[in-house]
Amino acid sequence: MTTPTHHNPHKGVWSWLTTTDHKRIGLLYGVSALVFFLIGGSEALLIRLQLAAPDGTILSADAYNQMFTMHATTMVFLVIMPAAAAFTNYFLPILIGARDVAFPRLNALSYWIYIFGGLFLTISFFVGGAPDGGWFGYAPLSTQVTEIVRMDYWALGVQILGLASLLSAINFITTIFTMRAPGMTMMRMPVFAWMALVVAFLLLFSLPMIAVGLFEVFLDRNLGTLFFNAAAGGTPLLWQHLFWLFGHPEVYILILPAMGIVSEVLPVFSRKPLFGRSFVIFSGIAIGFMGFGVWAHHMFVAGLGPVAEATFALTTMFIAVPTGVKIFNWIGTIWGGSLRMKTPMLFSLGFIAMFVIGGLSGVTHSIVPADTQQTDTYYIVAHIHYVLFGGAVFGLFSGIYYWWPKVTGKLLSEGLGKLHFWVMFVGFNLAFAPMHILGLEGMPRRTYRYPKGLGFEFWNFISTVGAMTIAVSILVFLINAWRTRTHGEIAGNDPWDGRTLEWTISSPPPEHNFDVVPVVHSEDDFWHRKYTEDADGNAVAIPGGGAPLVAGPDDPPIHLPSPSFYPLLAAFGMFLVVLGLVYVPVGLILAGIGVVTVVWGFFGWSMEPLTREAH
Amino acid sequence: MGESRVIFGSRRRRRVVIVLLLIAAALLLAACSGGDPTNLARVVDRAKPQSTLDPKGPNAAKIDDLYLMVIIVAAAVFVLVQGALLVAIFKFRQRKGQERPVRQMHGNMRLELVWTIIPVVILAIIAVPTLSTLFDHGDDRDPSENALQIEVTGHQWWWEFSYPEYGFTTAGELHIPVDRPVYLTMTSADVIHSFWVPPLNGKRDVVPGRISNLLLQADDPGVYTGQCAEFCGLAHADMRIRLFAETPADFESWALAQAQPAVIPTTGPAAAGWETFSTICIACHAVEGTNAQIRIAPDLTHLASRTSFAGATIDNTPENLKAWLHDPSALKPMRPDLNKPSQGRIMGMPNFHLTDQQIDDLIALLETFQ
Repeated sequence: MTTPTHHNPHKGVWSWLTTTDHKRIGLLYGVSALVFFLIGGSEALLIRLQLAAPDGTILSADAYNQMFTMHATTMVFLVIMPAAAAFTNYFLPILIGARDVAFPRLNALSYWIYIFGGLFLTISFFVGGAPDGGWFGYAPLSTQVTEIVRMDYWALGVQILGLASLLSAINFITTIFTMRAPGMTMMRMPVFAWMALVVAFLLLFSLPMIAVGLFEVFLDRNLGTLFFNAAAGGTPLLWQHLFWLFGHPEVYILILPAMGIVSEVLPVFSRKPLFGRSFVIFSGIAIGFMGFGVWAHHMFVAGLGPVAEATFALTTMFIAVPTGVKIFNWIGTIWGGSLRMKTPMLFSLGFIAMFVIGGLSGVTHSIVPADTQQTDTYYIVAHIHYVLFGGAVFGLFSGIYYWWPKVTGKLLSEGLGKLHFWVMFVGFNLAFAPMHILGLEGMPRRTYRYPKGLGFEFWNFISTVGAMTIAVSILVFLINAWRTRTHGEIAGNDPWDGRTLEWTISSPPPEHNFDVVPVVHSEDDFWHRKYTEDADGNAVAIPGGGAPLVAGPDDPPIHLPSPSFYPLLAAFGMFLVVLGLVYVPVGLILAGIGVVTVVWGFFGWSMEPLTREAH
Repeated sequence: MGESRVIFGSRRRRRVVIVLLLIAAALLLAACSGGDPTNLARVVDRAKPQSTLDPKGPNAAKIDDLYLMVIIVAAAVFVLVQGALLVAIFKFRQRKGQERPVRQMHGNMRLELVWTIIPVVILAIIAVPTLSTLFDHGDDRDPSENALQIEVTGHQWWWEFSYPEYGFTTAGELHIPVDRPVYLTMTSADVIHSFWVPPLNGKRDVVPGRISNLLLQADDPGVYTGQCAEFCGLAHADMRIRLFAETPADFESWALAQAQPAVIPTTGPAAAGWETFSTICIACHAVEGTNAQIRIAPDLTHLASRTSFAGATIDNTPENLKAWLHDPSALKPMRPDLNKPSQGRIMGMPNFHLTDQQIDDLIALLETFQ
């Protein structure tokens, strides 16, 4: 028995390449997502500059089409999903009182596949152009020009990114079902963990559908199959069904983690439990189920016929009900609280306000005749950004400010944090609110230029100014993050007077998370160790409550997963496989080397002894 | 503010901020200076000719009414929810140094039922007019007997319009009579497009291998613009539509003129132009009344009667035509190098490196295609 140390004894690049620690993997996900966020954001700025005035000439049509395709692909697959994975990796085990995820090496494999997938998509820029057929890759446009390999990069890149998500979904589901601390029943689990569970199931069931579709695109392009070739009896609409059967659950995959974060932040900064906790959880589950029944609302002008359109109009309308339940319960949570307007709280409140707008415009899409005017216009661009930026990204920033002190041990500056929030809030609304008007005034999306005389000039210019403002706010965030290294206030274990288990341990947490596995007695267990209620139901502090648990001499030794190089090796093999497949038939040699590398990785992995123990 | 000094504090940092702002300003200025291939004001007299909010026909008006109803409901919900949020924030925010006791409410079953049932009721109310308009709009598939039939084909990146009753084909611009339903029967020659003239109706995808239909009707004479709404590749933005709604008499005379075949000129530069045309252009363009009958590219029989060309993107002036014949891809992005007619893949007009003389002759010829 040695003293628990808060520093990982294994340092250096190699320790990161071979890590199986869920916290380190979470950090890797987070930093990678941030880098891709800057790349995807730069793409967005170029798009906005091009559209700032009529007949823009900053980008060629060809470059513009690459930009909007890669902006969406990057933000969806390389930013929001991995950012959510970062939080889930880092905090899910801690929130449920576990010392790691169920399959630590599989976790590392997920990350390495993700980063190679991101690298694979990004190098396409330097080898003849990035994908340019839209992140939705509608066939037969995506299968039309097989001589240009851009859409091969897209089909294969999204394919392996999907594999990474599928593996981590299996990992998280198993972790939640098998690794909860004693007393941590399902209904005592923090809402963030619940939303992570719903997301994992959504991934598990939706990814196989796009996987099939992507294989068909690849085969149509490279082996002359005819899945989507109408002239030869194929069906272009088949792709749309496969894509949106994944694509709509994907929207909830992107938003539910943010909803989970908001459900953690609001109670802490209101000093009240989450209002209607079980309703928030079950409405999340309901959204997960209903999310599989609304996909065809993306196809209201594809000619499905009025009966199908009516059906999907109704399902789309009524998915607003569980979403509304969440929003009302969040307002119920802050109602009657003592609201501390710290930066995480500002972002969570901003999330609610912006998400309400995105939700309401979403309901207008379910009005099928009206949607025939809205769809494929900037009105939709406005809607998705209110949901995915005003919603998901604001929620993720709330999580960053909330958990930053736990991860780094230092608090971000509140002043810069608030500046970040307000500049971003103003910039966001300047950038995206005008797009509602542009769409209704007839501006289609995915157009690299618009002529004078359609009346699109003014709002496009405002929108560009808004995008620049968002960029400034991101700069403020980066300054804040950089500054904490030297100026950050030491956070201590529990800077926000938190409610959940992560605040019981040191900041940053020790490698093994918990010196003693906690025994959980209620939801918000840590809060109830610190506070009790008086006769009126008011919170009253327990003197000396919430003291950290200290390991006794009889506690069993802690088993931690060994570092392993094989997940990285296997993921690198997959990178070689997809890179080779882009250039069939010549590339088959490279793909073959890739297959051997994958097999080598998995063989070494299965033969590797599990030996390491900490203290 | 101590915090703001952190950013703007040192002179070096301030300089960095100023440089960044200058770069942003320079980029914005660059964005503002574009070419001017089109001047819609020449043909359109409204400030927002493509708006859905200013419907000019019964189909679009029905949609607009429905949207207005929903937006009123949405606005009411918006005010209530955001209002409740704001009230909660201002009422319950912690004042400095003031720690109120906080009652630990866990929920309220009655409230949960209320805010589940009320949205259900609101949505059910919205659903009724939505579904009735939806099935009513089903008349897209059921033309009335006096409807004018137009066949629409989407191409990368231009629209082809055929008028079977009159026996002619045109491109980019369509003319319709007012107060008469127009029934579009649409398909695509290559990838998915979407036909959209917002003031007259919503959009409808145009899918290869399928027939889709759309009903248009204009109340008043005027020029309405539209464009392809489904991303269809490189020049998706330049796949535009000009729709001329005309009095029945004007429409009739236009249609009858369009149905006239062209006459091959026999003298002057136009005759020399026909020499060039029948050796080069004839491979893709049709001209009625001649042996040019291949319809890979727009029908040019009455090109001179149109206000625009190249997917209704470029104003039809001799200067623009000249520039186009010099180097088509300079005016509109295209990929003729990828053309594969055997697979039905035509991605634009190649540069034939015509001499100035050939171009002048061709323009003289095209001017005769009134």
